[in-house]
Amino acid sequence: MADLTTKIAGITMKNPVMAASGTFGYGLEFADFVNLEEIGGIIVKGTTLHPREGNDYPRMVETASGMLNCVGLQNKGVAYFCEHIYPEIKDIRTNMIVNVSGSTLEDYAECAARINALENIPAIELNISCPNVKQGGMAFGVTTDGAYSVVKAVREVYDKTLIVKLSPNVTSISDIARAVQDAGADAVSLINTLMGMVIDIEKRKPVLSIATGGLSGPAVKSVAVRCVWQVAKAVHIPIVGLGGIMTAEDAIEFFLAGASAIEIGTANFIDPAVTVKVAQGINDWLDRHGCTSLTDIIGQLEA
Amino acid sequence: MKKYVKDLTVAEVSFPHEQYVLLKLTDKEPLPETRPGQFVEVKVEGSPRTFLRRPISINYVDREKNLLWLLIKKVGEGTHKLAELKVGERLNVVFPLGNGFSPVQKVGERVLLVGGGVGVAPMLDYGKYLKEQGANPVFLLGARSKNDLLEMDFFKSIAPVYVTTEDGSEGERGFVTQHSVLTQETFDRISVCGPKPMMVSVARYAKQTATPCEVSLENMMACGLGACLCCVEKTIKGNVCVCKEGPVFDVNDLTWEV
Ligand SMILES: Cc1cc2nc3c(=O)[nH]c(=O)nc-3n(C[C@H](O)[C@H](O)[C@H](O)COP(=O)(O)OP(=O)(O)OC[C@H]3O[C@@H](n4cnc5c(N)ncnc54)[C@H](O)[C@@H]3O)c2cc1C
Ligand SMILES: Cc1cc2nc3c(=O)[nH]c(=O)nc-3n(C[C@H](O)[C@H](O)[C@H](O)COP(=O)(O)O)c2cc1C
Ligand code: FES
Repeated sequence: MADLTTKIAGITMKNPVMAASGTFGYGLEFADFVNLEEIGGIIVKGTTLHPREGNDYPRMVETASGMLNCVGLQNKGVAYFCEHIYPEIKDIRTNMIVNVSGSTLEDYAECAARINALENIPAIELNISCPNVKQGGMAFGVTTDGAYSVVKAVREVYDKTLIVKLSPNVTSISDIARAVQDAGADAVSLINTLMGMVIDIEKRKPVLSIATGGLSGPAVKSVAVRCVWQVAKAVHIPIVGLGGIMTAEDAIEFFLAGASAIEIGTANFIDPAVTVKVAQGINDWLDRHGCTSLTDIIGQLEA
Repeated sequence: MKKYVKDLTVAEVSFPHEQYVLLKLTDKEPLPETRPGQFVEVKVEGSPRTFLRRPISINYVDREKNLLWLLIKKVGEGTHKLAELKVGERLNVVFPLGNGFSPVQKVGERVLLVGGGVGVAPMLDYGKYLKEQGANPVFLLGARSKNDLLEMDFFKSIAPVYVTTEDGSEGERGFVTQHSVLTQETFDRISVCGPKPMMVSVARYAKQTATPCEVSLENMMACGLGACLCCVEKTIKGNVCVCKEGPVFDVNDLTWEV
């Protein structure tokens, strides 16, 4: 039995596997399939200051080894979350993390401040990389100045662990990561989805309601590994890696590239018990390779 | 209702028509409790282009023989692959999902069950349930032609069946909403599953006759569990997940123009 515990700044996880935001609901949707407490962390649905209806249907289309989505951050707003959802999830004994989004600096900060007050939420994941909302969202995540200013604004009101989720839809993800670190982020997670598009050739129309969407699933894994590897060389704060992870072996690539923990998103749709299986598989892989601890392999690529 | 992910075993495969396959799945343990109108999400193996699971309605549950029936129309690569399954092979299934049709309201109620194309699938299980509960279901099934009418013997063994075909090769010619039974009889309520234009016209008939009507939707799904919010339908309460709050909706809760 290898030691799977890992640390992301202020939080300790019993294993390095988390469920990715927007793919795991509030965790409760998966309770029939997995013991939620065996997952290292659960990042709940993107939450915004005000309720959002999201984009029109169709919001999803399958692609080669993946899918595009343009959900557009549908959620009932932070007040509803605090009042109705938090009481239902606060006693789940794992790291329950809220993914926070917004369209203005003030929205981000206000939303983060409200969640700061919730005792059993040890961290937030700041989503500055959503490709599916018109204003804000990714706009902050694609320039170093934008990323710096939004993280700075949130840092001023949020005193627990602040993870910032980065977009791959940029020229240099390392530059953004450095800006976010300078602004006070405790950790970064990457990658969010890659912008894509599918056209219905008979109708000569895009399939998705807003034409474009975010690509996820195995199709993006190699891009994600590359991003983690680049960012690991650019910053000293911990990295949470994600994008296309389906198996323990996929996860190991991310650890070797420099991630201290990983998230699983789209794979939950294929196998609702995948999170716990991957955690077990990481343990088995470490055992087979004579590693006593996960920390033995983090960032340990051969030169 | 508890959900499961199980490797079920293919017990029987038949082809009611070259474009359709009827899979009967079994398990060593008794199959879990399900409601008519609920669906399953199946994992398609050996089809590299089929990444996501495929949602399929529960066609029928044979408790005596412990069989779950899925009636599948071959449309794309995933469903074609499902039609290649052989007896003894496994199929990974997440189920039961969704809300299902309304429970019986009162003994003796007359319920019109309308199915079009492969939308007839969930009506078989629902009809059987209603009959068992002391209601009086009546089937109205529509198809392109005689060959597209599926499982007719089973439907007839449960309740009266009225049929329309577009080419007139069986039953009355035309669409389900043109069937004479609609002008000759009245119903306490209606449930419908099929192509959207058909459901809209049935909903229009229901409105004109002030008959309560529920429809079963087939929006594109990813998770099937209410987690991803991909499958939403606009309702009077905003966007809701068809996989969790549906697939069955009271037509008055939708924003359809009927
Ligand atoms: C609740 C529900 C119940 C259903 N019940 C049945 C049933 O009992 N029998 C049956 O034959 N079919 C049923 N369907 C439709 C069935 O899911 C699709 O025909 C199937 O997914 C097509 O897969 P494919 O790979 O063969 O086709 P593809 O080539 O992938 O797609 C062909 C068409 O199928 C539909 N489709 C594809 N993927 C999905 C998806 N993930 N979700 C919904 N629709 C999709 C789309 O309209 C698409 O244009 C149901 C759908 C839903 C949502
Ligand atoms: C349907 C769907 C909804 C998503 N919603 C969010 C979200 O609200 N906030 C967020 O930061 N990322 C969201 N994501 C992105 C995922 O968290 C993840 O970054 C991405 O899907 C890549 O990982 P994967 O390939 O393992 O899915 C969403 C992804 C999907 C597929
Ligand atoms: S398919 Fe994911 S919420 Fe319905």
